[in-house]
Amino acid sequence: MEELANLFHGFAVALQPYNIMLMIIGITLGVIIGVLPGLGGANGVAILLPLTFSMPPTSAIIMLSCIYWGALFGGAITSILFNIPGEPWSVATTFDGYPMAQQGRPGEALTAAFTSSFVGALFAVIMITLVAPLVAGFALRFGPAEKFAVYFLAFCSFVGLSKEPPFKTIAAMMMGFALAAVGLDSITGQLRLTFGITELLNGFDFLIAVIGLFGIGEILLTMEEGLAFRGGNAKINLRVVLHTWRELPAYWMTSLRSCLIGCWMGVTPAGATPASFMSYGIAKRLARRGNNFGKGEIEGVIAPETAAHAAGTAALLPMLSLGVPGSPTAAVLLGGLLIWGLQPGPMLFVEQKEFVWGLIASMYLGNLAGLIVVLTCVPIFAAILRVPFGIIAPLILVLCAIGAYSVHNSTFDVMLMLVFGVLGYLLKKCNYPLAPLVLAIVLGDKAEEAFRQSLLGSQGSLGVFFSNGLVSTIMALGLVALFWSAIQEGYSRLRTSMA
Amino acid sequence: MTERSERGPAHKTLEIGMALLIGVFGLVVIFGSLKAGINWGAEGPRAGFFPFYIGAAIVVASAINLWHAQRDDDGRLFAEWGQLRQVMSVVVPTAIYVGSMPFIGLYVASMVFIAWFMRWLGGYRWLTVVAVAVGMPVLTYLVFERWFLVPLPKGPLEEWLGL
Repeated sequence: MEELANLFHGFAVALQPYNIMLMIIGITLGVIIGVLPGLGGANGVAILLPLTFSMPPTSAIIMLSCIYWGALFGGAITSILFNIPGEPWSVATTFDGYPMAQQGRPGEALTAAFTSSFVGALFAVIMITLVAPLVAGFALRFGPAEKFAVYFLAFCSFVGLSKEPPFKTIAAMMMGFALAAVGLDSITGQLRLTFGITELLNGFDFLIAVIGLFGIGEILLTMEEGLAFRGGNAKINLRVVLHTWRELPAYWMTSLRSCLIGCWMGVTPAGATPASFMSYGIAKRLARRGNNFGKGEIEGVIAPETAAHAAGTAALLPMLSLGVPGSPTAAVLLGGLLIWGLQPGPMLFVEQKEFVWGLIASMYLGNLAGLIVVLTCVPIFAAILRVPFGIIAPLILVLCAIGAYSVHNSTFDVMLMLVFGVLGYLLKKCNYPLAPLVLAIVLGDKAEEAFRQSLLGSQGSLGVFFSNGLVSTIMALGLVALFWSAIQEGYSRLRTSMA
Repeated sequence: MTERSERGPAHKTLEIGMALLIGVFGLVVIFGSLKAGINWGAEGPRAGFFPFYIGAAIVVASAINLWHAQRDDDGRLFAEWGQLRQVMSVVVPTAIYVGSMPFIGLYVASMVFIAWFMRWLGGYRWLTVVAVAVGMPVLTYLVFERWFLVPLPKGPLEEWLGL
C-alpha cells in the first residue's frame, strides 16, 4: 500500500497550479507537433528540452511527457482528416479513419481514435503504476553483467521485431554504438575516434542526432512530394461524441487485445509503430466484419490507436525502472533526466520518489487533459494544417536549428544536425530503421561500461554472462529475440513441409 | 511540378552506395579503435576494445546488406530527378543558412532563410513573406532569450542594436 500513498503524493505534486499549467501547455504544443509534418514526438521534445534546463525536474518532465502524449493524440487528427499520418504510428489509423471521414463520419472517427488512445494510455499507466516499482526493486540487485544483459535483450528485440531487414537494423544500431563511443572514454579517460578534431572531444550528442534524423530528414522526405498540401474540414460536436461513446463498449475485446499488444510492444523497444500495425492486422483477422476493414470500419480505428498509445506510454516503464528507454521519445526524456542531474534507473524509485510519482500521476492527468483538449479543439488544430507547407517548412527548419544550437550553445552542432538530416533521409529511403540508431547513441556508453565491468570481474571470460540463473535467462531471451525472425521462418517452413 | 519525368537514379545504386558508405564508416571505426588500443591494459580492456568489435559488426552487416542489394533488383527508382531537385532546393539553402549562422547570428540568418524559402519555393506575396520572416525571429527572441533565458547566437546587427 506504500505505492498508493506515493501515488497520492504524486497527484499532490502534479496538481500544483504551475504543473497543471505546464501540462496544458505541453499537451497543446504536443498536439501541434503531432499535427505538423516534420515535427514528431521525439524531435519536438528534443527541441524544447533546452527550455526546461532552468525548471525543477519534476515540472520539466511533466511538460515534456505531456508533449509526448499530445503528439500521440495529434497524429490521429491528420491521419483521419487528410490521410496524412502526422506520425509513423498513425499510418495504420489512415486505413479506416480516412474512409470514415470521406463517408461524412469524421467526428465519429476522431472520437473513436481519441477515446481509444485514452483507453490505451490509461491501461498502460495503470500497468506502470503496478509493475514499475516491482521491476525497479528487482533491478536494484543487478550487477554489471545483468545490466548488460538487459541492454542486450533490448537491442536484440529490435533486430527480431522490427519489420526492416535484420542486417540493416544491425548496421544502423552499430552505427549508433560507434557514434556513442566517439570522444572521451569514460573508464580510462583516454580519447578515441576523434581523429584530432577538437569538436568531437565530447562525442556526438544524441539530441542533435534526433533533431537531424527525425526533423530534417522528415522535412526532406515531405519535400519530395512538393509543397502541395490539401486541407479538409473537421466538425465534431457533443452529440457525435456521445453517440460514438455509446457505440464503443461493444468493441471491448478489440480494445483489451490492443492494450495488451501495445504494452508488450512498448516495453520491449519495438515501439508504437509496429504495435499499431500488428494490432490492426490481428483485429482485421479476428473481427466479425474483418473483410470490411479498409472501407471505414470503426474497429479499424480503435485497434491501431489503442495499441499505439498503449505502446507509447508503456515505453516509459523500462525507462523509469531500468534506465532503458522503449522508444526514441522515451530516450529523449531519459536524456533530459541526465541533464537535470538525475540518474535514470532503479535508484530513481528510492532517491527521487517525488519525481517518479509526480510523473506517473501526471500521466493519468495529462492523458485526461489531452482527451479533453483534443475533443474540444479539433477544428483549431485542423486549421493549423491548412497553413501551407511553404510557410511551415522554413519555420520548422529554423526551430530545429534553434533546438540543436541550444543543447550545447554550439554552431558546430547545428551543422552536424544538417548532416544527420541528410543521412536520415538517405537511411529512411533505403529502409534502415532510425530508432535503434538513436537508442544506441543514448545507451552506448552505459552498455559498454556494463560490458567492460563484467569482463573485468571475470578476467575477460564471456562466461560471466551465463554465470547465474538470472543473467543466463535474460541473455537467452535476448538470443531468442535476436533470431526471432529466423525461428519464425523455420517454424512456418516446418509446418508447410508437415502439411 | 505538374509534368514529371519518370527518370531518376535507380534504388539499387543508392542501396549499394549506402551499404558501401556504412562499410567505410565501420572501417574508420576499426582504424580508430586500433589507434586507441584494443587489447587489455593494466586497467582492463582498453579504450578501443569495445568500438573495435562494433566496427567489425558494422563491416560484416554492410557486407551482407551489399550482397542483398546486389542480388535483388526490382528496377525501382530511388526518386525522380524532379523530386531530388525539390529535396536539394531545401538542403542547399539550409546548408548556407547553417554555415552563415556563426558569422551573422541566428536571427538575421533565419530572417533571410525564411524569406528566401517562402518567396522562391512558396511564391508568397512580399507582405506575407516579410510578416513571417520578421515575426518568427522576434517571437523566438522573446520566448528564448527573455522568457526562458536561453542565449542564441548573435551577429553584428544585434550588437549594433545593443541586444
